[in-house]
Amino acid sequence: MKNNRIVKKGVLKRLIKIMFEFYPVMLPIVVVCIIFNAVISSIPSIFMQNIIALVERSWQNGDWQSVAGRIGGFVLLLTVCYILSLAASFAYNRMMAVITQGSLKKLRVKMFRGMQDLPIRYFDSNNHGDIMSYYTNDIDTLRQMISQSIPQLMMSGIVVTTLFCIMMYYSIWMTFVVLLGVVIMYQVTKKVGGGSAKYFLRQQVALGRVEGFVEEIMNGQKVVKVFCHEEESKSEFDRINDSLFSDAERANKYANTLGPILNNIGNMLYVVVALTGGFFLLAKVPNMSFSGLAFSISIVVPFLNMTRQFAGNINQVSQQINAVVMGLAGASRVFELIDEEPEPDEGSVTLVNAREVDGEIVECAERTNMWAWKYPHGDGSVTYTKLAGDVRMEDVDFGYVLDKTILHDISLYAEPGQKIAFVGATGAGKTTITNLINRFYDIAEGEIHYDGININKIKKADLRHSLGIVLQDTNLFTGTVMENIRYGKLDASDEECSEAAKLAGAHDFITRLPQGYETLLSGNGANLSQGQRQLLAIARAAVADPPAMILDEATSSIDTRTEAIVQRGMDALMKGRTVFVIAHRLSTVKNSDVIMVLDQGSIAERGSHEQLIAQRGKYYQLYTGAFELE
Amino acid sequence: MPIYKVLAKSIREFKTPSIKAPVYVSFEVVMECIIPFIIAMLVNQIKAGGEFGVIARYGLVLVIMAALSLTFGTLAGMSCATASSGFARNLRKDLFYRIQTYSFENIDKFSTSSLVTRMTTDVSNVQNAYMMIIRTAIRCPLMLVFSFAMAFIMGGKMAFIFLFVTPLLGIGLYLVIRKTIPLFRKVFRKYDALNNSIQENVAGMRVVKSYVREDYEKEKFERAAEDVCGDFTRAEKILAINSPLMQFCLYTVMIFVLYFGSYTIITSRGLDLDVGQFSALLTYSFQILSSLMMLSMVFVMITIAGESAHRIVEVLDEESTMKSPEGGLTLVKDGTVDFEHVSFKYSKEAERMALEGIDLHIKSGETIGIIGGTGASKSSLIQLISRLYDTTEGVVKVGGADVREYDLEALRNQVAVVLQKNVLFSGTIKENLRWGNKDASDEELEEVCMLAQADEFISRFPEKYNTRIEQGGTNVSGGQKQRLCIARALLKKPKILILDDSTSAVDTKTDALIRKALREYIPETTKIIIAQRTASVEDADRIIVMEGGTVLAIGTHQELLAGNEVYRDVYVSQNKAGEQNEE
Repeated sequence: MKNNRIVKKGVLKRLIKIMFEFYPVMLPIVVVCIIFNAVISSIPSIFMQNIIALVERSWQNGDWQSVAGRIGGFVLLLTVCYILSLAASFAYNRMMAVITQGSLKKLRVKMFRGMQDLPIRYFDSNNHGDIMSYYTNDIDTLRQMISQSIPQLMMSGIVVTTLFCIMMYYSIWMTFVVLLGVVIMYQVTKKVGGGSAKYFLRQQVALGRVEGFVEEIMNGQKVVKVFCHEEESKSEFDRINDSLFSDAERANKYANTLGPILNNIGNMLYVVVALTGGFFLLAKVPNMSFSGLAFSISIVVPFLNMTRQFAGNINQVSQQINAVVMGLAGASRVFELIDEEPEPDEGSVTLVNAREVDGEIVECAERTNMWAWKYPHGDGSVTYTKLAGDVRMEDVDFGYVLDKTILHDISLYAEPGQKIAFVGATGAGKTTITNLINRFYDIAEGEIHYDGININKIKKADLRHSLGIVLQDTNLFTGTVMENIRYGKLDASDEECSEAAKLAGAHDFITRLPQGYETLLSGNGANLSQGQRQLLAIARAAVADPPAMILDEATSSIDTRTEAIVQRGMDALMKGRTVFVIAHRLSTVKNSDVIMVLDQGSIAERGSHEQLIAQRGKYYQLYTGAFELE
Repeated sequence: MPIYKVLAKSIREFKTPSIKAPVYVSFEVVMECIIPFIIAMLVNQIKAGGEFGVIARYGLVLVIMAALSLTFGTLAGMSCATASSGFARNLRKDLFYRIQTYSFENIDKFSTSSLVTRMTTDVSNVQNAYMMIIRTAIRCPLMLVFSFAMAFIMGGKMAFIFLFVTPLLGIGLYLVIRKTIPLFRKVFRKYDALNNSIQENVAGMRVVKSYVREDYEKEKFERAAEDVCGDFTRAEKILAINSPLMQFCLYTVMIFVLYFGSYTIITSRGLDLDVGQFSALLTYSFQILSSLMMLSMVFVMITIAGESAHRIVEVLDEESTMKSPEGGLTLVKDGTVDFEHVSFKYSKEAERMALEGIDLHIKSGETIGIIGGTGASKSSLIQLISRLYDTTEGVVKVGGADVREYDLEALRNQVAVVLQKNVLFSGTIKENLRWGNKDASDEELEEVCMLAQADEFISRFPEKYNTRIEQGGTNVSGGQKQRLCIARALLKKPKILILDDSTSAVDTKTDALIRKALREYIPETTKIIIAQRTASVEDADRIIVMEGGTVLAIGTHQELLAGNEVYRDVYVSQNKAGEQNEE
């Protein structure tokens, strides 16, 4: 399992860039608001210093009248600052809510859109649970980072800078004392916070392991019961669970102690600043500052307040470390999915509805029962070829991985309207051939022609439109039975759907379901038997009414009697069209026009059932049970 | 039992840190509240131009306080980490252990993915809430009370401002919470559905691509994501009022304290209030308001975690519908099986009986074939024999005794079932086989693999019996997988062996070899074989033909061929062309 949790270089930059692309207007406004808010929230110290200075000067004589005006003025200014700050804060908090959720949605959509365009190879070679975790775990880690950490970091950064300037304005010596504290806090954060981040990432990996194990066992829970294997799986689970516990405990220990540690370093720093201040006051150390003010209580008190604020902000930044590290690791993975190379499609030949006018093929918009390949040439002219379903493979070699050829030198031809069957043991390459015809995978050597056109030249979408496919592992989607059938042809009417179901022999059991065609299916049709799911998949293909069809073990879980009924319906539907049938059950393929016996990636025999039986070759042996292909 | 009580049972050995954490937190809070007090005195000393020695003494007290606060804070953080991670560990363990006790009927109720979510995401949510509870939920009210007290001690009348501002913030936060929680609840449900649809999409990518539905799926997803995003944004927008509201209250206090504080200090000539207390008051106001704010966050988190807790308790509360009897029989005498007036349905709510009025007697050592169409309840029938489900009416007897009288483990070890939907687990072939008998020797493994016709292909693997099987057995072919599953069951040396369509992916020749091996090497074992192909059952002693949950006919191949239309149909549909050829 690819369970890497690392922060890749340049991720933060890319994330910020992409967010600016998502919100080119709103995000800059938010940034301005945050800066504004941060600056304003550092200013009160100045007013406070002034007010305290005034109080300081006049508290002994008790003369309120003489200072009331000026204090009132400062308070008023302060109020204005606060109102502005509130307005900014209100605005950016609400905008940030929009931006956070919006960015997550846009990233999600971007991932999903990208994913739809990935080649089948990607889904075959990646663990599905792992793909899912892009959408769940990884995106979720981004939420806190975007909504809280980034604004917090910006805000704190600005506050700290502003405070630093104000401090320098009052006293450079005292500022140095504060800076000393900051260095210590930085070191502590690096050590403790770094440990916390490290273990949080490890915790994610451990969690992934638990998830994988639980999924595997839950999937086979019935087998566990049958073999009374509960105790063994418990002890294995305990082992993995305990290792997750130890990582989680350590991660949280680091994370939970960082706050109190920094907080109290802040307190101690406060004492040090107070003592230094007191010492300076007493020793009458000449001040050095940008304001030129002399040391006085009215400098030391706000300075102390600023020290607290300073430390507080550093503390808050440190609290975001985990969120940032995990968020960046998540973002790295999200980008990994977005960056996957999409399925290339350089084809230009398209499939169109057509009708024949005076022997000429003419393109038309409405659905006729005739299709044509539209072939645009380099010189701008267009030729039409009638879709017939003539498929030829010439000297095809193929392997899923390099240097491991699965198909060797395959040549075959299917004439329009023929029913072609592939027979052979598992692993002989039956499914692989169909993967190549609809270009789920591209061939390494040789050529495949569809109605005389090299399939590389046909647009993938159109090629696949021309081929219906029913697979052994049926995938149904959450929704009603009717919606699932309609998946084959989105604008099909209810009548068309139930007609297709009748053809597929599915109508009977559907009407016996509690709500008939409106019965809700979920969990890949968990409430149906495997055979019933296959019947639905066939109905779905039937409503699509494709010019050619591939049935890959499509009836393997249907009993032979029902299969015979399905077969009659399918034969009626596919009359005059090319059908490829893959089955290990020979009764399924017997009535095919041509049967090809595949053995270890090569065609061993070719002919009709009668011819092959008469040949007394491999098919005959297979049929009579005297030979094993494996 | 209320939810929290069920959950609390999982704390166990982590009770100590769970109690320690709030205790330490309380000490920490006390320190944190005293510190501003001392600071106020320190400030006053500085302001009054006190001696450096005095200032230093206050400084020392403060440093000690800070050191204590640090110690308690660190201890609290550590015990809290142990307590919450430990609680989560126990919860996961209890969930897993509970699921292991589930009967087939229980398992049918929960989907795999929902169980996985409950054990991961839901537990994490509860863990976070627990951490919040033992740390912040104690800390905030304490902080609130202490800060209030200190504010009154220090500020006197000035502190009355808090009596005005605190309820204001309280009400504001309450309203926000009340509005957002239902929204969050709703949106989390939608969010689950969204992820579920992604899952389906990933699994069904071949279907999507072969129907060229990529764009359709993109649009569908975008709509759903838009919907989720809209709800989330609405909730978060309301929640976003929290921070400005808090700032508003803080600012109000600041302005009030600054103006009236100055007034009080000056008019009372520093008697009622002094500059040190003045700044302490500001600190307390910050502590009071931020405590309230944290408290509201805790409420939100706990409510969100409440959903998760509910889902966890659902699993923990689910009682296994099947218990092994105390001191049950441990020895199955022989391989006889008797069904006496058996009827069965999968759940009480089910309208239709899956099996009805079954009377059946199988002798020990007999080979029985079962044939029937999709939905004939063949699998239901055999699952009653090893008591994977209990009958609704009637009795199933094995070795002459009611299956309910046997110790479950003993029964299942002597009645081996190879399930239709079978799985191998990640691990070596050896490890997988030893599920049947963990003490089996290598020779025994090879022996059963010979019988199941698996030895040949295993020995062709470079690593032989140590070849690793990937999760779900994806690196062996369907036929190979089935043969491994049969070998695994044979390792139990059962009195009764049930094969539920277990050779469907195996070619006819190998299928015949397996049956031959079973006949020759384990003749005393009763063999019950469900098959699609009549060829797989032709040589059985008796064949049962099932339809719609009832037994249609029982007889030998020849008898059924002559007397049963359904059987003849099936046979002919599979052999028609062959017969023609033999003419």
